[in-house]
Amino acid sequence: MIMSKTVIGILGAGALLASVPWLGLPAFYESFLYLLCHWMILALSWNILSGYSGYFSFGHGAFFGIGMYTSAGLSANLNWPFLWTLPVAALLAALLGVGLGAVVFRVKSVRGELFALLTLAVTFVVGTIVLNTRIDGGPGIYLNAVAIPALGPTASSSIYLMALIGAVATLLISYRIQSSRLGLGLFAIHDDEDVAEVMGVPTFRYKLLAFGISCALAGLAGGIHALFVSYVTAGETFTIVVPLTVVLMSVLGGTRHWAGPAVGAVAITCLMYFFTAGNNPIAGKAAVGVILVLVILFMPNGILGYLLKRTAGKRSVPPVPVPAAAALEPAAPVSTGKVLLDVRELSKAFRGVQALDGVTLQVHEGEILGLLGPNGSGKSTFINVVSGHFPATGGQMFFEGRQLAGLEAHSIAQAGIARTYQIPRPFAHLTVLQNVSLVAMFGGAALNQAQATAEAWKWLAFTGLQDKADALPDDLNLHQRKFLELTRALAARPRLVLLDEVLSGLTPGEINEAIALIRKIRDRGATIVFVEHVMRAVMALADRVAVLNHGKLIAVGPAQDVMKNADVVSAYLGTPHA
Amino acid sequence: MSFPSFNLLAQSVLSGIFIGGLYGLIGLGLGLTWGLLRQINLAHFGLVFLAAYMSYHMATVWHVDPLLTLLILPPLFFLFGVGMQWVLSRFAISPFNSLLVTFGITVVMESIIQAIWTADFRRLETHYNDQKFTVGSLYVPVPELVTLVIAVSLSLLIWAAMRYTDLGKALRAMAEDGAIASAFGINQKGMSLMLAGICAALAAVAGICLALTFTLTPSQIFAWVGVVFAAVMLGGLGSALGPLVAGIIIGVSEAITMAVAAPSWAPIVSFSLLIVMLLFRPGKL
Repeated sequence: MIMSKTVIGILGAGALLASVPWLGLPAFYESFLYLLCHWMILALSWNILSGYSGYFSFGHGAFFGIGMYTSAGLSANLNWPFLWTLPVAALLAALLGVGLGAVVFRVKSVRGELFALLTLAVTFVVGTIVLNTRIDGGPGIYLNAVAIPALGPTASSSIYLMALIGAVATLLISYRIQSSRLGLGLFAIHDDEDVAEVMGVPTFRYKLLAFGISCALAGLAGGIHALFVSYVTAGETFTIVVPLTVVLMSVLGGTRHWAGPAVGAVAITCLMYFFTAGNNPIAGKAAVGVILVLVILFMPNGILGYLLKRTAGKRSVPPVPVPAAAALEPAAPVSTGKVLLDVRELSKAFRGVQALDGVTLQVHEGEILGLLGPNGSGKSTFINVVSGHFPATGGQMFFEGRQLAGLEAHSIAQAGIARTYQIPRPFAHLTVLQNVSLVAMFGGAALNQAQATAEAWKWLAFTGLQDKADALPDDLNLHQRKFLELTRALAARPRLVLLDEVLSGLTPGEINEAIALIRKIRDRGATIVFVEHVMRAVMALADRVAVLNHGKLIAVGPAQDVMKNADVVSAYLGTPHA
Repeated sequence: MSFPSFNLLAQSVLSGIFIGGLYGLIGLGLGLTWGLLRQINLAHFGLVFLAAYMSYHMATVWHVDPLLTLLILPPLFFLFGVGMQWVLSRFAISPFNSLLVTFGITVVMESIIQAIWTADFRRLETHYNDQKFTVGSLYVPVPELVTLVIAVSLSLLIWAAMRYTDLGKALRAMAEDGAIASAFGINQKGMSLMLAGICAALAAVAGICLALTFTLTPSQIFAWVGVVFAAVMLGGLGSALGPLVAGIIIGVSEAITMAVAAPSWAPIVSFSLLIVMLLFRPGKL
């Protein structure tokens, strides 16, 4: 494997800093550098879940504390060799995190501030249990008698080297995650978790994994810190100080970049050290407060976010050979008549409202099926249930013979079903290119990163958005946002595409463009179900139409026939009384 | 674990009600800004302590009756709250960033308090301190009773105002959807300034009550955050009566835990309640 410049840079800086104990500097430098490494591990590890995915945890103190007490208890009370206690500290912290996540991440509404508070509450609960049980029991644990593993020439340098190794490892892990599938998935969760799931990101597993890694590293930092402070008490450990400092550092540095928290950790640690070492610690504390306020108000994306934004304008698109739309491998339309999607007695109720009431419908391979019905008839609900956005309350769905009901949305996406949203829901902080390549990675195509990027360029060229590849979705107009939705659906290389009112709000000219595009999509071998109110488009595109009314399917067949159906006429126009 | 006498238990419950009233009083303003302005205002705790220290200063140095400071401090804090909101409203900040900004403000306040009154423990000594009376076999301390009465009456007052006045209705509409409320002629900016002012004034009242019943030290600011947050969340964001009711439930359950088990077990009650609430009734928040 070829190591990137960044990895070499991190390892080089680590090696350089590892030589400090042999320079004969006063011990003061070692303890200062120790604190830098300590806060770097904590802030970076916090960022892996909270910065990337937006689940701000205030419970980092709990995982840090578990690590601290594990190492302290095992080494001081049970006489384990200290280095052996560190993996256990990391493991126990990770177990608590994963256990907590397994419960919390299943409750959909516990996001944002609620997740922050819940994790803070967990900190106090864990702290109280530690204080009142044999883990601590009240007096705290002394580590004076614990033998310090001799990594460096002195005791303090050994502790520093442990933290340095931890910091280097954490930097590498953060970097690796950000540039991996996991990282991209977490960023998508940050922007819109529901859409991420529907696009094929296994959100629950990813959050759990990120939380586990984050907690393990916090536990490691805690274990080392127990030796550094050499006296552990519950009152000093399970406080709001660790989470607040860590949040502060990460937000100051920038949470959307792997190195952001490290920048913040260095800045805050230096500030605190500078002021506490000076004559006026109170003024120092106030200065930290003022800086925090100013940074959040004027640089809400953090130092690194601010700097990257300033340089972003100068960066151009990396030259990737973009095949013209014509170069796409031609695929003949496959109208085999084989049943692709077989929906039987599908029902969906929202409390009292029966949005879908026993719908039975077959979609044939290679066809374009128009889904019609008055407002509130259940068209969008049909798409939401088939794509797994909502679970069905009854009935069955078979896709190429495979049961879809009960599957999680990301499994449905990976099976080969893609969808668009009526109101475009792009990932707001990802570029147009990333929005598309993410789907190519996580959707039915399941490509690796390089392939996914190439695939994304291809489809951007297909829909005419290649000039906007580097733009953020907010910079697009409605027409472009609608086309971005389409592009995303296509990049998954779906067998079945569900289009939810892609034409609404477009001008007549744009509608013609879109109709031509949808035809091209079918010609490439995809089967299409589309919900639409624009009758001109329905008549032009649909091989068959299905009409829903009050959640029930009232007619299916060729468009011309269905439009003459008496039930359909009365559903749209009312029953004639005259 | 030993089972305490009935009398001890009753006295515990009573003191739980009193401390719960203070939780509710501190949580009242916090919950209103959180629910209606979508700001998690940690500076509320800084304001509570600032008011507590100012009341302490007026009473011990200038010999002003502490209850008289109730007339002086809240208007002063109202202006301060309006000013702070005026500055913050010039920036579009997310609820989460509001937490961080107000944390910074709180740290500054803590430093100011420490610079003026030092980190030593301070106790407001007045003739109210020792006043108590007995009901049956139970002692009722006057400062705690005053706090409870203030907490209950302010919560009821705000609840009624939110429910029955046009102003309250406008505030609730604004919380629901600010842009739409503006389109219907609600002066969003003016309303949020006023609400922030009222919440700061409420912080001042809570601070005076705190000074009457507790020993003060600057680092205690953050000790109240957890439990008051729990009361606010359990009671419901933006609710006027919720924090008081939840505060009293927490206070009483803490007091019973202290009496039955040990004082050090007390925090587990409120936070376990909060966790259970968040997991099983998240829709209510």
